[in-house]
Amino acid sequence: MPGSLLGNSVRRVEDPRFLTGQGSYVGNLHFDGLAVAAFVRSPFAHARIDGIDVGEARKAPGVVAVYTAEDLELAPFHGFMVLNPACGRPPLATGKVRFVGDVVAMVVAETEAAAVDAAELVVVDYDPLEPAVDTEAAVADGAPLQFEELGTNVVMGMADPPGPDLFAGATTVVRAKLENQRVAVVPMEGDAVLAVPGDDRYDLTVYVSTQMPHGVARTVADTLGLDVGRLRVVAPDVGGGFGAKAGVGAEHLAVIAAARRLGRPVRWVQTRSENMVGMPHGRGQVQWVEMGFDADGRITGMHCRVLADAGAYAGFGGILAVGPTRMMAQGVYAIPAIRYDVAVAVTNTTPMGAFRGAGRPEAAEMLERMMDIAADEMGTDPVELRRRNLLPAFTEPYTTVMGTTYDTGDYARPLDEAIRLAGIEELRAEQASRRTRGDRWQLGIGVSVYVEITGGAGTGEFGAVEVHRDGSATIRVGTSAHGQGHATAFSMIVADTLGIPMERIRFVQSDTAAVPRGGGTGGSRSLQTGGSAVLRAAEQVLEKARALTAAELEASPEDIVVQDGGLGVAGVPSRVVSWGELAAIAEDRGVPNVGGGGKDAGGKNAGGKDAGGEGAGGGPLAAELDFDQGGATYPFGAHVSVVEVDMETGQVRPVRHIAVDDCGRILNPLLVTGQQHGGIAQGMAQALWEEMCYDADGNPITASLAEYAMPSAAEVPFYETANTETPTFRNPLGAKGIGESGTIGSTPAVHNAVVDALSHLGVRHVAMPCTPERVWRAMVAARQGGPEAAAGGRLLWSDPPAAFDRLPVTGQAPAAADVDI
Amino acid sequence: MIPATFDYRRADSVADALALLHEYGDEAKLLAGGHSLLPLMKLRLATPQMLVDVGRLGQLSYVRQEGDEVAIGALTRHRDLEVSEVARHSVPVLAHVAGQVGDPQVRHRGTIGGSIAHGDPASDLPAVVLALGGTLVVDGPGGRREIPSTEFFTGFLETAVRPDEMLVEIRVASTAGGWSFQKFNRRAQDWAIVGAVAVAAADGATRVSLVHMGATPLRAAATESALAGGATPAEAAAVAAEGLEPPSDANASREYRRHLAEVLVRRALEDVSLGHG
Repeated sequence: MPGSLLGNSVRRVEDPRFLTGQGSYVGNLHFDGLAVAAFVRSPFAHARIDGIDVGEARKAPGVVAVYTAEDLELAPFHGFMVLNPACGRPPLATGKVRFVGDVVAMVVAETEAAAVDAAELVVVDYDPLEPAVDTEAAVADGAPLQFEELGTNVVMGMADPPGPDLFAGATTVVRAKLENQRVAVVPMEGDAVLAVPGDDRYDLTVYVSTQMPHGVARTVADTLGLDVGRLRVVAPDVGGGFGAKAGVGAEHLAVIAAARRLGRPVRWVQTRSENMVGMPHGRGQVQWVEMGFDADGRITGMHCRVLADAGAYAGFGGILAVGPTRMMAQGVYAIPAIRYDVAVAVTNTTPMGAFRGAGRPEAAEMLERMMDIAADEMGTDPVELRRRNLLPAFTEPYTTVMGTTYDTGDYARPLDEAIRLAGIEELRAEQASRRTRGDRWQLGIGVSVYVEITGGAGTGEFGAVEVHRDGSATIRVGTSAHGQGHATAFSMIVADTLGIPMERIRFVQSDTAAVPRGGGTGGSRSLQTGGSAVLRAAEQVLEKARALTAAELEASPEDIVVQDGGLGVAGVPSRVVSWGELAAIAEDRGVPNVGGGGKDAGGKNAGGKDAGGEGAGGGPLAAELDFDQGGATYPFGAHVSVVEVDMETGQVRPVRHIAVDDCGRILNPLLVTGQQHGGIAQGMAQALWEEMCYDADGNPITASLAEYAMPSAAEVPFYETANTETPTFRNPLGAKGIGESGTIGSTPAVHNAVVDALSHLGVRHVAMPCTPERVWRAMVAARQGGPEAAAGGRLLWSDPPAAFDRLPVTGQAPAAADVDI
Repeated sequence: MIPATFDYRRADSVADALALLHEYGDEAKLLAGGHSLLPLMKLRLATPQMLVDVGRLGQLSYVRQEGDEVAIGALTRHRDLEVSEVARHSVPVLAHVAGQVGDPQVRHRGTIGGSIAHGDPASDLPAVVLALGGTLVVDGPGGRREIPSTEFFTGFLETAVRPDEMLVEIRVASTAGGWSFQKFNRRAQDWAIVGAVAVAAADGATRVSLVHMGATPLRAAATESALAGGATPAEAAAVAAEGLEPPSDANASREYRRHLAEVLVRRALEDVSLGHG
């Protein structure tokens, strides 16, 4: 046997299919009798619906049906997590519309063109209402209410009791109002669903572009009152999710309901125009933060007041401020006391959901901006200030003042490495000489250190491995890769354990008919949960195979090892029983008892298809189980970003980005680097380019990719990625998640770099995204002087809204805030 | 992203195209590379009843030296203009800017005639033709007529081309002096937030035009007169936005556009005065 595969840069087995155009998405599927849906959407942010006339649309050529809320009678639903039970969304708007893009009616037609044409014939009589667009405006007294019966737009909130003086002993207290702007997720493929009614085994099959097919099945069954056992959900190839394809949307439910009514397949594939307003947006927090430092630069305490935007219908993204942002409010630092008050408000905008990082980037950005603002205030080097406050390395669980239990951490290590790779001394010298010369392009250097949560709530995952008579193997797993490379990673695990070549391993996921249960893919959970389940299943298969081989070769199972092509007696390469033979033996004769089938620590044997057991007769050489790692893992890292700022125009040019991310033990560095790259791009995009904007009437003004400044490869620099490896004890792979780290570390590093480039002018903050105009205005304000010079033309601090004074003082996050996304 | 229903006719010749335009009048739109019209149609912001496709009129795709002038067929694609030896030699600013339009896909489909006839103030090529003091040749029922570029752009997305006419050729004078194109945007493939073109003309004057600084592509009149009066580049640039009312949008406020115009015009003039190009 060659050495272990694990830890090597194995090329992705998925890629040839995609690169040669062989991928198959919801939009590529074909069924006889397929009808197509199109939606009539609200052009108003907030309006009463006084009437809907579908008469002309129903008569239009090619139209199969036109539905309004009255026709379908679908109950209000919650697509993922329930932020506030009173704010459920009717799949087709009832009584009111609550954001531009809200779904009012659905046309089903023979062709997409017929559906779109007929949708234009639906006449909706709107009575416009005043909208609450901005989150701060939504919580102000007298704000127009989205749910009048609640008497407020604050749909969730909690405050910590005032504790001891957070700033006792502080010689410096810094205060800042920070805005973590709303961003659109923009996966390459938008939402897509195809519902096929009734075959012999299922009442309904739903093909859907999702991260979590089993979750979709549960939500659809619950919402529509179906038997989940008679419902099959399949995620074919999925063109990106990034958190926005967790859960179920209004359109999904409407399409499924239509297919059931019509008794024919119905498909809807979101257009980009629909995607920009219909798919949940992410981030959207305003943070008022006060942080005290003693004379040695050590943090005495922090008070955060966080106002989160939930968008319309209390989109679940609002919960993230109460869940992960709060959980991670202490970050990598020794902070003796934190008071965290949070209010979540509905606004007349697209509902909020998850976007890569989902609550943790907001915490990291908050802390890392505050550290830079404090360093500037105290005249301390920002790296030195961080080092002074970092938690020391730990290998035993550490519980923060927020009650979050980190598994393992060594935060100074990636910071030291990032500083070394960046060559920060030379960069500072270069910055100084450019300042002296008064260069047009000034240099900014930004640092961030972060820790985040992965594989948290709902840590169990299903994994199965079966070896076949032809010597090949099949993996089935409850995670649902949509670009991450699980087929590669999980095949590596099985190949490494059993010695079966990767090309002989089939990978099955994302079909509730083939995989009994699963948590899907989100929250960077898949390798640590699903990968560990697959590893445990492979180990059980190996144990069974060793017993079979021992019996076959009349040797002791302890002496049986993996050899080229199968199993054999250690040191006797000539006597190998092939995997195909072993599978045949198992099927024909059964597997001897190997001691309970591996009910090991953290791995619960699910029984089911688990063949074997004494006298069980023939069965497949297989094992399936659920692995539960019992708690989240906490990856961490440090980024250094270097930008140039044009002092005449305010244009920011990112020139270098160094990321040292620690995701525990690395299984495949190629996949890790890929995740770092994508994550950095999206995090950098938040710092420099992307923002979903609305006008005062609630009209989205960045609703196409012409206005919404998602960067391309031409705008971003080559990334310099590296890793430190601090394994977790929570799973046998020692792995933590890597899917979101790049996003979490990069935003504050880039943001800090921009402000650093301007710091010699007296600028201490620029709101994100740091657009050329914002940076230019910051420079203009700095030249004009005065208190507004500090934050690009506004005060660094202004008092938080009075809504914070009215929050329930519970000191505890509601259970709904326990999320894994 | 499906356009409203429309009829489609492919023109086999300019005469054929003109006959179709005559027949369908206001209901007809010419389709060349499609990179301005089709996105508007897909968003149903434009709903022409009849598309007259002139995209295959190969006879209108050329870049020719004609005496002191360069003649460019209206259906010359940006990419062909970018790599044209004639353009590179005689009007290098035009070849350069053609290589800055949109992204490679746009440049391989979009045409100079389509870009100019669309009259978008945010497009690059109209500003270059203005700075080159070019002439637009249109054909119509009354025969061919020439329109000076300064009279061509009449309003937001409006030009002097009549509904039954078609832009067939762009004529610009060869340039031997310096030139500069300053395009400011946030992403490489975006329209310019503001752009500035400066060209040292054969008569010794420096002509300056601006992208996205008003309802039409336009010349920086105040800057040009300041230069004629002997102003330095910095002085002339300081008045670049004088009398202009640029738009405010998600990318830039009017105030910021005015500032950018000054910066970009100064850079362009400095480039030209250093003999760059």
